[in-house]
Amino acid sequence: MTIEVRGLMRRYGGVAALDGVALAVGQGEFVALLGPSGSGKTTLLRSLAGLEFPDAGEVLIDGRDMAQVPARERGIGFVFQNYALFRHMTVFENIAFGLRIRPRRQRPGRAEIARRVEELLALVRLPGLEARYPEQLSGGQRQRVALARALAIEPRVLLLDEPFGALDAKVRKELRLWLRGLHDRLGLTSLFVTHDQDEALELADRVAVMRDGRVVQFDTPEVLLARPADAGVAGFLGDAAPVACEVRGGQAHFAALPPVAAEGVRDGRAVAFLRPVDLLAEPGAGAARVAAARQDGRGVRLTVELGGMLLEALPAQGWVPQRGEACCVRVLGARVFPA
Amino acid sequence: MRRATEEPAWLRWLLCLAAVGLLALFLALPLAAVFTEALRRGIGPALAALEDPDAVAAIGLTLLVAAIAVPVNLVGGVAAAWAIAQFDFPGRRLLTVLIELPFSVSPVISGLVYVLVFGAQGWLGPWLETRGLQVIFALPGLVLATIFVTFPFVARTLIPLMQAQGRAEAEAAATLGASGWQIFRRVTLPNIRWALLSGVLLCNARAMGEFGAVSVVSGHVRGETNTMPLHVEILYNEYQFVGAFAVAALLALLALVTLGAKAVLERMGGRRLESA
Repeated sequence: MTIEVRGLMRRYGGVAALDGVALAVGQGEFVALLGPSGSGKTTLLRSLAGLEFPDAGEVLIDGRDMAQVPARERGIGFVFQNYALFRHMTVFENIAFGLRIRPRRQRPGRAEIARRVEELLALVRLPGLEARYPEQLSGGQRQRVALARALAIEPRVLLLDEPFGALDAKVRKELRLWLRGLHDRLGLTSLFVTHDQDEALELADRVAVMRDGRVVQFDTPEVLLARPADAGVAGFLGDAAPVACEVRGGQAHFAALPPVAAEGVRDGRAVAFLRPVDLLAEPGAGAARVAAARQDGRGVRLTVELGGMLLEALPAQGWVPQRGEACCVRVLGARVFPA
Repeated sequence: MRRATEEPAWLRWLLCLAAVGLLALFLALPLAAVFTEALRRGIGPALAALEDPDAVAAIGLTLLVAAIAVPVNLVGGVAAAWAIAQFDFPGRRLLTVLIELPFSVSPVISGLVYVLVFGAQGWLGPWLETRGLQVIFALPGLVLATIFVTFPFVARTLIPLMQAQGRAEAEAAATLGASGWQIFRRVTLPNIRWALLSGVLLCNARAMGEFGAVSVVSGHVRGETNTMPLHVEILYNEYQFVGAFAVAALLALLALVTLGAKAVLERMGGRRLESA
């Protein structure tokens, strides 16, 4: 299913939660809505589901205008931030709900419903928990019950509001990959809201970066990191540190770093966004000094002090940096925007 | 081990004593007095007082008024609480305040308002009279006054609960294809059922016991527009103490049964939540 949003506006009191959002999502895509809190991402998601009514603009699903279609007729699977499981129902009843409430003619029989619930519980890897109540489940289990409940109505669009927000780091990572696998297997078109850039960049085919009720950039993770649309996006992604510089003739000049290419940026004062992978630190006499070097599961995390700034950098191959050691820093690339 | 929040023993005892003492003095003692006075000359005269045709009529009328007023307030209270908790609409705050109005206005005034509106000299009185409808000094007036006075019980019990539970479950049900009625029947109602029962029981207790507003609109026609509380007053003023206290005891008994039922239901509700 394709989703298209045009000029979507939504105001609360005097504040615009959505300020002319445009977005087009293709069949089978897995899309992240990424942005700080208050950027309008949840409002956008709820507008797609019909839980929120935009003041202006259009939502088209498979080309059909959804303005007059209530939430219950959209057939969209929605997983709520705190799961919103029916607290007075067992896991079985929760998952069966969407089937039980169908008009009699479309309602599957009792045995068929039981079979479907069992199937869904196996799909979300929670067999044997039918009789539990939501309070008796862990966060990760609740999340998967919520997912199974949403999938019971066989939606072709799945919307997830901060699906991993309330889970601890380890469960979160497991569920991420599993959810991505599920999306691919079921041929869904999915959108999920997150404020965690790692989650968005790791999971999504494309990421819509939102700010102040607008989609400022909608691209693949590679493009977002390589060519951010503006300084805001550049600063938001990839742990980039903003460093003041001066652009002259297509090169950015720093106070304490070697110059780097900044093509297409007009001359004058500018800001360069430098990610840890943009900076290579090498041992030897230089202006920089090792401020901290920590080993974590992924390698050495190195912080260098240079001209009064603390910057994260990659250590050169085979070098074990010691605190206080002098080093020099090379700039491999930078995203430069006029100040 | 002493906890940080623990008070010294003498203070705890003092507080407990004060609470129990006040309860005994102001609640238990009068209740006990009602029953002793009723049975002062034995069970026979007390029962005889209850079999008096006027007493029977008063009991019947009280039950009838409650049987009409409570269901009306059940529906109205649920509707008001549902509207306030589930929707944002202009005037929502005002509605919340208005619901408490019957609690803050003196019942006598509530009754007087109905007399002013529906009475023979009131706004609608002449219009009603030409159609042969009597509201004041008749059953409709009693029911109206009772509904007004007892309206807040159901709504007030439900609003905080429904607000705390939020709208997420209802929204989830909507995305799964549920209609408004299905959401109410299968999601909202089961979540509020224990609070609803408790509110209905309180409402019922008050509907049977209401004196002030009912007194104004009743006209005190014996055997016709006298409810139990009014009957108690008449008997008492006529120095028929055994009769007065016998009817009062029955009324108190109804209230105690209601409270007992409420306590049992609340425990069941609590246990259900724990086991769930």
